[in-house]
Amino acid sequence: MITLEELQEKPDKLTEGHRLCAGCGEPTIVRQVLMATDLPVVVSNATGCFEVSTSGFPYSAWNVPWIHSAFENAAATIAGVESAYRVLKRKGKIQDEMRFAAFAGDGGTYDIGFQALSGAIERGHQFLFVCMNNEAYMNTGIQRSGATGKGASTTTSPAGSVIPGKKEFPKDITKIIAAHELPYAAQASPHNWKDLHEKAKKGFEAGGPAFMNVISPCPRGWRHDSSQTIAIARLAVETCVWPLYEYDHGKWNLTGESKRIAEGKKDKLPIDDWIKSQGRFKHLQSAKWENVADEIQENVDKKWDELVRLSQL
Amino acid sequence: MKRLAINGDQAVALSWKQVNPDFCASYPITPQTIIVEAFSDYVADGEVDTEYVCSESEHSSMSMCIGAAAAGARSVTATASAGLAFMWETLYIASSMRMPIVMTVANRALSGPINIHCDHSDAMGARDSGWIQIFGENVQEAYDNSIMSFRIAEDLRVRLPVMNCLDGFIVTHAIESLQPIETEDVKKFVGEYKALLPLLDYKNPHTYGPFDMPEVYFEHKYDQAMAMLKAKEVIMEVAAEFEKLTGRKYGFIEEYKTEDADFVAIAMGSTAGTLKQVVDDLREEGLKVGCIKVRVFRPFPYEEISKAVKGKKCVAVMDRALSIGAAGPLFADVCSAEMCAADAKSPKIVNFIYGLGGRDVNVEDLKKVYRAMIDGSAHKVNYLGVKK
Repeated sequence: MITLEELQEKPDKLTEGHRLCAGCGEPTIVRQVLMATDLPVVVSNATGCFEVSTSGFPYSAWNVPWIHSAFENAAATIAGVESAYRVLKRKGKIQDEMRFAAFAGDGGTYDIGFQALSGAIERGHQFLFVCMNNEAYMNTGIQRSGATGKGASTTTSPAGSVIPGKKEFPKDITKIIAAHELPYAAQASPHNWKDLHEKAKKGFEAGGPAFMNVISPCPRGWRHDSSQTIAIARLAVETCVWPLYEYDHGKWNLTGESKRIAEGKKDKLPIDDWIKSQGRFKHLQSAKWENVADEIQENVDKKWDELVRLSQL
Repeated sequence: MKRLAINGDQAVALSWKQVNPDFCASYPITPQTIIVEAFSDYVADGEVDTEYVCSESEHSSMSMCIGAAAAGARSVTATASAGLAFMWETLYIASSMRMPIVMTVANRALSGPINIHCDHSDAMGARDSGWIQIFGENVQEAYDNSIMSFRIAEDLRVRLPVMNCLDGFIVTHAIESLQPIETEDVKKFVGEYKALLPLLDYKNPHTYGPFDMPEVYFEHKYDQAMAMLKAKEVIMEVAAEFEKLTGRKYGFIEEYKTEDADFVAIAMGSTAGTLKQVVDDLREEGLKVGCIKVRVFRPFPYEEISKAVKGKKCVAVMDRALSIGAAGPLFADVCSAEMCAADAKSPKIVNFIYGLGGRDVNVEDLKKVYRAMIDGSAHKVNYLGVKK
């Protein structure tokens, strides 16, 4: 396990000076992921908060080779880079060992980016795809996505007098990706940097496609104080809304706090704690929508039990 | 090399084999181009060392080509119809990043209705995307244009992607006589690929595809426009060198018996070949007719066309595509070439929309174009052979 002292010595691949919001979870995630390889790395980035805030021409916050092409093609773009690497290495034009990473939001992963991601995984390109999951289209103004949680109020699934926010549960993309039977897939959270670091390291060294879904609290979209980002990421794990686990070469493992909860060494917090922590769920606290909170709890329990069962196989 | 009896798809695949690009991505959109099938045979037999990737969509094909080209690899792909339409977003990205990607387009109709046969709607949809567009008349030209495309795209004065267009089915599937170039000569002509600021040069990290605010976006588009103008020079230099190697001469346009002609038809692609036959037939009847083939559509040869139609009584522009609500795209450009000429003494210019969705256009059909010009019955926009 890496120590903070050791992490401190790692070069900054994403520098200060970017224009992301105070309290945004994304730069923490990207820094932590990129610290997990000491090899040269090329990064592709989907359109979104992260792209627009780290690349305003003529400035760039990137100290590593970086490419942004479009919203839906971060995986295809890095697949092209990785293919070029393989052929140029074969032809003797490149000698060094290198690594490849793609970063996208949940829109660029769950929704519009899904096809390119699925295709790139099926073809076996060696790259680590990281979803910085803030559970909505935040860059465009908080519209609902396939990752938005049930009951969340967004600008396209607003909480109204007859509809209590988003009607559907989110798509379980990590399991969908695992169904590709790729070498490595995981869920992580920026509050548990050791766990995240280990997973990113495994992803970079998976010898094939790897996927990480990292929860990324968004003060603007989730309506919480910008000082609470890491605490809310922790709460997501402690309520089992966001279990920490990995799919490592066919084996499901719970990790971090999730492992301790499954082992009975830590309490599983109720969904009410999660709902109360964010303004996007404010309406669910009224008696009128009590049933929605119950449904969310029921779904969290069902998914959690399923995951515990998988981890015992 | 010996002459080959070969179709357009095989000829383009052969040119790629001789160039041996680093990277190729493709997707079999309906309709599929056989180019990549023929090329994958070369890959399977180890005749090229290209990294050949079968993508899950045309959008990803172009996205991978962009990634590979930015990484420092000579990259190719081929598509048609809906595939090109699906790439539309990424075509602009490829050209704005100045990626010298070479793509062959087997020109076919767009849905709907779904059709798959020849017309130019697909390439016309990509008209403003910042790609150089070259149209070949026959198998030999498709092959020659393919080889020249690499030189044009990769020239440091240009660095723009090139679309090598050939008529779907009519050229892609017709077996014609091809005079190939010796592989050694092709390799020498195209040269070793020199990557510019590649992503894989990690010691000198570059940022590709940054966000442009209004203060800089316009300037980047202007740079592209200037590179496209520069391409005019480079296209002619490359053609001159190609003529030295092969004896085959290429320009922006090809004029056929236009010098003393009063009535001239203008077309792109295989129809230009049919027009030559029509001109010969009508000349035997004593009619003063000629035709012009537009080989390079982007950058558009304004001066060349304006000069070629000067003093004519009537010019018919043949468009195998339609801008619904306006006229044909080639017509619009020919008109503006005339309107903008310094010594404009414009002939009457009329537009013929023809051959959409693979509707066959034969010698007799095209004779009607000339007769309508001569007897004055041609309207501004005409729909050749449409059933009303």
